[in-house]
Amino acid sequence: MEELREEVAHMPRIGEPAPAFEAVTTHGVLKLEDFKGSWLILFSHPADFTPVCTTEFIAFTEIFPELQKRGVELLGLSVDSTSSHIAWVRNVEEKTKVKIPFPIIADLNKEVSLAYGMIHPGQSKTETVRCVFVIDPNQIIRTILYYPLTTGRNMDEILRIVDALQTTDKHAVATPANWRPGDMVVVPPPNTQEMAEERVKQGYECVDWYLCKKKL
Amino acid sequence: MACISPDGKPTESGTKMLRALKPGPSSAEEIAKNAGLPLFRVRSGLRELAQAGLAIEKDNKYELSGGGAKLTD
Repeated sequence: MEELREEVAHMPRIGEPAPAFEAVTTHGVLKLEDFKGSWLILFSHPADFTPVCTTEFIAFTEIFPELQKRGVELLGLSVDSTSSHIAWVRNVEEKTKVKIPFPIIADLNKEVSLAYGMIHPGQSKTETVRCVFVIDPNQIIRTILYYPLTTGRNMDEILRIVDALQTTDKHAVATPANWRPGDMVVVPPPNTQEMAEERVKQGYECVDWYLCKKKL
Repeated sequence: MACISPDGKPTESGTKMLRALKPGPSSAEEIAKNAGLPLFRVRSGLRELAQAGLAIEKDNKYELSGGGAKLTD
């Protein structure tokens, strides 16, 4: 237990390079660097053949075409074997007609899970919690979400995060609460008094100098 | 192995990659485009094909080895 506590002490953080890995997956041996140049959503689930995870995999498959339009690849993970993953994927297809199109890491030695802080011993000492890591084309972690074992993830929010990050990168803006594509975006606040005085004359929709929005 | 089956023969995706290499040395990006496969699959698959002696890496490009060329005939 002490050893596990030591190993999970370092949690990856937003803005840091994503920890490198080479892992056995349902699509062969993959390295993190294989995804360089694409956005990547690395997500963990507690275990194969479990109800909430099955609903999530179907939901991830449903948003997969939308993710691909945005240049995003998906990579699942759990502490199960490749044989278990293959059997589960085949079972999901047989029972629901949904074919899981993305690879799943078989992290039996927990190498990737521990590097990404996916095991939270307070929830389970053997299973990964529901993590989502949004990794950009330069392999920097841009968003981290953690959900408990009992709560399935919200796919709309995952798509919204990707849209927000890509909008931020493209237009050097921020996005306000509950932002959706097409909504006004937040202009970065001014850093000097002079810029603050100029800001209110620039024709943005401003509540005050520090909160201005514009249409893209 | 995703590109080489346990009996040593290329899988469907392995064969697609070997065929995409037939015209000459190509980058992983070019092969992904020609084979219609995701780039990450091609990068991983090319490592396997090289390990199996079916493709050769030279200056960040890949080309068929003698054995790889025979399989595309």
